[in-house]
Amino acid sequence: MRALFLAVLLRDLRLAARRRIDALLPLVFFVVAVSLFPLGVGPEPQTLRHIAPGIVWVCALLATMLSVQHLYAGDQADGSLEQLLLAPHPAVAVATAKSVAHWLVNGWPLIVASPLVGLLFDLSEPALRSLVIGLVLGTPVLSLLGGLGAALTLGLRSGGMLLILIVLPLAMPVLIFGAGAVGAVESGQSAAGHYSLLGALLIATALGAPIATAAALRISTE
Amino acid sequence: MTAGMRLFNFAAPSRFHALTGWLIPWLWVLTAGFAVAGLYMGFLVAPVDATQGNAYRIIFIHVPAAWMSMILYLAMAFWAAIGWAFRARMASMLARAIAPTGAMFTFVALWTGALWGKPSWGAWWVWDARLTSELILLFLYLGYIALVEAIDDPRRADQAGALLAVVGAVNIPVIYFSVRWWNTLHQGASISMTAAPKMASTMLMAMLLMTISFWAYAFAVVFMRVRAIVIERERHTAWVSELVRQRKDD
Repeated sequence: MRALFLAVLLRDLRLAARRRIDALLPLVFFVVAVSLFPLGVGPEPQTLRHIAPGIVWVCALLATMLSVQHLYAGDQADGSLEQLLLAPHPAVAVATAKSVAHWLVNGWPLIVASPLVGLLFDLSEPALRSLVIGLVLGTPVLSLLGGLGAALTLGLRSGGMLLILIVLPLAMPVLIFGAGAVGAVESGQSAAGHYSLLGALLIATALGAPIATAAALRISTE
Repeated sequence: MTAGMRLFNFAAPSRFHALTGWLIPWLWVLTAGFAVAGLYMGFLVAPVDATQGNAYRIIFIHVPAAWMSMILYLAMAFWAAIGWAFRARMASMLARAIAPTGAMFTFVALWTGALWGKPSWGAWWVWDARLTSELILLFLYLGYIALVEAIDDPRRADQAGALLAVVGAVNIPVIYFSVRWWNTLHQGASISMTAAPKMASTMLMAMLLMTISFWAYAFAVVFMRVRAIVIERERHTAWVSELVRQRKDD
């Protein structure tokens, strides 16, 4: 099981390394989408600082949903997904490896870029720190939930919109606590409670989502 | 043959079709009867509220609809899971038939809530915890309906829908509590509906009658929809051809 996990993970990372532009697209989307908000809302620093955590989190959520759509599509198209599921190992290993790879390729760049984006909105240093910590805890949850959505909508017409419609309601708690952590720090409170809840969400999702994703893969490739 | 065995017999689509065909007219009678009684009690007998005047009377539609929206989601997830786990065709069809009715009740609850909110809070919508989680429930229903409609193969549609419904049902408490905490964190002391004034017994009675009416309505509509799904999916079987022939003879 561990061998399969590592094999799938390394393979996905290698594939991403050979298509670097593809891997960077979600990051570009993230930055562009975030920059749209000041143009829409207006340049008042006070307002922007107030809504920055929400903007960054919503854009990270959307960037993840857009990048996760093709998580299984390529493997299904060339038949390697079926071979992986036929392997004498639990499909949970495949599901976990794919989501971890997605997070390493698409989640990390967002986390690294988030302080810079936060500076665009004039966030204070403690607020930036809480934004990064929240994203570190929260983006893996998004990758895991996104993996489930990608497995459920595998090979469907308009699978992309469908995935977003399915996953967004499930991802709302992450958004609430992630953006809430920054808000708490901004208003002078401790964000420890938000981190704990994000951590709890991460643990619960890490335990549950791969199992559901494996079941979804079996349903979708039957 | 025991009673339990006989109950399981209705899991056969042909028997289910026959039984529900007989039940549906009675369910409509129940729906109409209890709705008339409930609306009479609610709009004419129940006293005027001391603070809200007559505006509160929408509660007799709003609260039963909100109850139905939540119960139907659980019922949908339950039947979908049964259908998935035991490969029970009838249960999967039932789950699919419940979804649009559940979504409709969720929408009615939101809509009547907005109509009630305008006179009592002065706004069509506030980001109250209950309203927000009800809105998310509507999204969950829409996601389920969109997913099962997007999959052409009925078996895969049933199973994928079941998985999504179960994941949603597991997530509902998480979503509800996170929305509640979010709300208290952001708004401090917001409008609270929990501190409702003590209800007169006629009000409770009217609400109960409306709830029964809504239940009967849900059963009737779900059965009608399920019958259509049964006929569609079983169109190649002998009993459907037999049924069609009988209809033509009549």
